Amino acid sequence: MRKSKMEKGRITGFIFENIFRLSSILSIVALLVILGYIVYAGAPAMFEVGLRDFLGGLEWRPTKGLFGILPMIVGSIGATLGAILVGVPIGILTAVFLAEVAPEWLARIVRPAVELLAGIPSVIYGFFGLLVIIPIIHSIFGNGGDSMLAAIIILSIMILPTIITITETSLRAVPRSYKEGALALGASHIQTIFQVMIPAARSGILSGVVLGIGRAIGETMAVILVIGNSIKMPSSILDRGRTMTANIALEMSYAAGLHQRMLFATGVILLVFIMILNFILLKLTQERKTR
Amino acid sequence: MSKKLTVLVALILVVLLVFACNKPAETPAPTQEPTPTPAPAETASEEEPEEEPQETALTGKIVVVGSTSVSPTIEMLAADFMERVEPGVTIEVQSVGSSAGVKAAGDGTADIGMASRGIKEEEKALGLDEYVLGFDGIAVVAHPSNEVEDLTSEQIQKIFAGEITNWSEVGGKDADIIVVSREEGSGTRGAFEELMDLDEDVLVTDEAVIAEGNGAVKAQVASKEDSIGYLSLSYLDETVKELKVDGVEVSPENIKAGSYKVSRPFLLLTKGEKSEAVAAFYEYFSTDEAKNIIEDQHLILQ
Repeated sequence: MRKSKMEKGRITGFIFENIFRLSSILSIVALLVILGYIVYAGAPAMFEVGLRDFLGGLEWRPTKGLFGILPMIVGSIGATLGAILVGVPIGILTAVFLAEVAPEWLARIVRPAVELLAGIPSVIYGFFGLLVIIPIIHSIFGNGGDSMLAAIIILSIMILPTIITITETSLRAVPRSYKEGALALGASHIQTIFQVMIPAARSGILSGVVLGIGRAIGETMAVILVIGNSIKMPSSILDRGRTMTANIALEMSYAAGLHQRMLFATGVILLVFIMILNFILLKLTQERKTR
Repeated sequence: MSKKLTVLVALILVVLLVFACNKPAETPAPTQEPTPTPAPAETASEEEPEEEPQETALTGKIVVVGSTSVSPTIEMLAADFMERVEPGVTIEVQSVGSSAGVKAAGDGTADIGMASRGIKEEEKALGLDEYVLGFDGIAVVAHPSNEVEDLTSEQIQKIFAGEITNWSEVGGKDADIIVVSREEGSGTRGAFEELMDLDEDVLVTDEAVIAEGNGAVKAQVASKEDSIGYLSLSYLDETVKELKVDGVEVSPENIKAGSYKVSRPFLLLTKGEKSEAVAAFYEYFSTDEAKNIIEDQHLILQ
């Protein structure tokens, strides 16, 4: 009697174990199929056009056989970098405020608000940019308002939740003794935060930043609506530009032949960027674990 | 950890290898694929309907070759024709461009050629019969507050090329012109560039704001006082102001009469006697169902 019950338990265990295993395999398979397909569809075209003309070319005129994506690489990196420059300091300071400075009742209001920010669909951010940010930029600088600057502003808001949440968590994970030690040595609260807590939480904060970069570089819909999508190399943040993601999304619907495959090739480059970021992230988390 | 990473990388490599061995030469050859309109794209795979023919059922295959702008419409017509009218006929649509379509109709490799432009002088020698499926018209639009009413086609070309950059140069106020264009590959953009001579020596300026779709162009122009853009006719409304081109207002009548310049005919070309299947397909064009499909594609019927 007892034995058969155990037997039964073992069988159910076996079944469930395999269901779990299957589920996890599914996601790996999905990843591999996506990676494989993008590379399969894009890589040959990349060499057909020539890597130099593709990565170094300044002109994107698919109907003329010109497939230079350098302006878009610059657009993607520029918009992301700008968003990081604006978003990271604000994010870190907000996290410090939430973790160390704010009274609990206030943190209880701010924290859900930040989390809600993360839940807003990107197209809504784009719409907000189109209707609010762009007219403001236009009224100050002219030229229509669609610009790298508009994209930077929108993206820096979009990456805030990631940075704030992760930074706050890692600040809270700093051992209490660090803080107490610093205070006991006579450091002020602010000195303790900036010279002890933040350095101690460094790798966690950096992970947040890397995740923020990932979000900014991959963002598509919000960017398309505000950046202007011009194919010209942007030379200032008031110029219009185009990101790699925008390029793919904009043109995929009508593209055919080599043009379509070159859009996949743009995707390959984007993937390379994302993979590098993930690799950095992996290293950072490793560092955090070993400490 | 790093071992797992190695395994993952190895897996990726294996998958890539498998894909790579698939002979990249056999890539989807997307030129032959229907452009992604909401069309029922099952043209090819729907062959072999029930073999019980209605008494007069036609059989055969029609090869239609040519303009990428015309092919979405023809694909939809073909799908409807094969489903409802003559299930025995198979229609194969290849969108490779107007010039190739004219040539294919001329040398007989296509039963029907498609062209989204008038027949050129040197092509007249081929002796093709032209059938106008409809007209495609594009309106040049500006912000409603703009004082400019009328532009010559040369001015339009120069504005879009970035040579004229201020409205004061064409009789408007002193303000920089913001050019709004469509994404590359868009049929409307292709047609506009072709008709305004922006497709060869002169190109649309790289500073142009690129909006995805007619609706987005309209929104851009409607929200920016100093902008100029172009739209498919059916998208016109009071949020934007259409400009006269060479003094001619954009309207279906003017387009049909050929006096409005930014328009083009969608032509079907055949050579010599039409086969029964082709004749039946042509006949089908004058049915209400076909007219609805054509008008749904924003074409102006003759």
